[in-house]
Amino acid sequence: MIELRDVSVRYGSTVAVEGIDLDLPTGKIYGLLGRNGSGKTSLLSALASFRRPSSGTVRVDGQDAFENPAVMRQTCFIRDTLDTNESDKVRALLRFAGWMRPNWDADYAAKLLDLFEINPRKRASSLSRGQKSAVGVVLGLAARAPLTILDETYLGMDAVARSAFYRELLGDYLAHPRTIILSTHLIEEVADLFERVIVIDHGRLLLHEETDELRGRGVTVTGPAAAVGEFVAGHTVLGEQTLGGVRAVTLDWRPDPADLARGESAGLNFGPVGIQDLFIHLTSRAQPLEATR
Amino acid sequence: MAFDDRSPIYLQIADGIKNDVLSGALKEDEQVMSTNQYAAFYRINPATAAKGFAQLVDEGVLYKKRGIGMFVSPAAREKLRRERRERFFTEVVDPMLAEAKRIGIEVDEIVRHLGGAR
Repeated sequence: MIELRDVSVRYGSTVAVEGIDLDLPTGKIYGLLGRNGSGKTSLLSALASFRRPSSGTVRVDGQDAFENPAVMRQTCFIRDTLDTNESDKVRALLRFAGWMRPNWDADYAAKLLDLFEINPRKRASSLSRGQKSAVGVVLGLAARAPLTILDETYLGMDAVARSAFYRELLGDYLAHPRTIILSTHLIEEVADLFERVIVIDHGRLLLHEETDELRGRGVTVTGPAAAVGEFVAGHTVLGEQTLGGVRAVTLDWRPDPADLARGESAGLNFGPVGIQDLFIHLTSRAQPLEATR
Repeated sequence: MAFDDRSPIYLQIADGIKNDVLSGALKEDEQVMSTNQYAAFYRINPATAAKGFAQLVDEGVLYKKRGIGMFVSPAAREKLRRERRERFFTEVVDPMLAEAKRIGIEVDEIVRHLGGAR
């Protein structure tokens, strides 16, 4: 179990992460979702013990994580910088990883390099953004670390490379189950891989749920404005638009068949809300979700 | 089978397997894919696949053989047919009649049309 208690990260007067509590059972694939600047990287840095939280605690399997060598050896945090010297060759990066990582699989790393068509003799400085991300994927997956954190390790990768990345991530996880946390805002193409989703916004935790629970969690109700208004009263409204006398309202609500039948007989239409749309609705609000409940 | 993100995937998995049982694509006592095979094949999280299979075990569509895997229950097809037949009139026929009424199609007209499909 990874436990975060009241974790805040501040840079001077800027608050990046504020008062986050999270219990993450190990052995699952998590998706960390949030808009740009929502605090994803700061939260992951604290979670990976790359940064001491300004306040609060991070514990991994009951141990205080920060500057704890036993926890650090089990943690692999891939950032977009790759944490390397620009003059290092890819080959050298893999060699260092082999020394640092107790579970390093050199054969798998070579296979992945081949898959992403990366020349190991290239220097880090000469890699494109997408190639840099791909090297991050190689370092992250071949390390087989019990806690693997990949921070937007898809930037610049084209659709083919991303698809290969997701396939390898899932395949390697099935063969070697471990805790994987992936931050992203490309929700739609990768949500099926996540067992749980964590959404943060403005440094605060918005939700932490089973991904499957979010599918079909929202509903869009469309119809004559008055009938819609009557029907949606008392539910959390995520968004709405009006055109002439027609009103469409998106709700954070899963209606049961009786509700649907009642609505349909009042002339209303219902539409499902996908995860991507739910995320957009939840994070495009000025107020956090809790405040609207 | 392709999943959409507009309803829980575990329910879509369960529905897909039920349809395979109903159509006879999956036979009685036939072994189904393991959750890991299923997850790798459809590129979904194995916990989601496991939840879909657990639902089918709960409903008696599949049964488990310890250490071997999951199989189609001998009575599953008959049971699913019975359930679907009961729901056919409330879920398929009644909404059609309601729509017909809205647009002024008489029941006789529908019966004549259906007679042509016989």
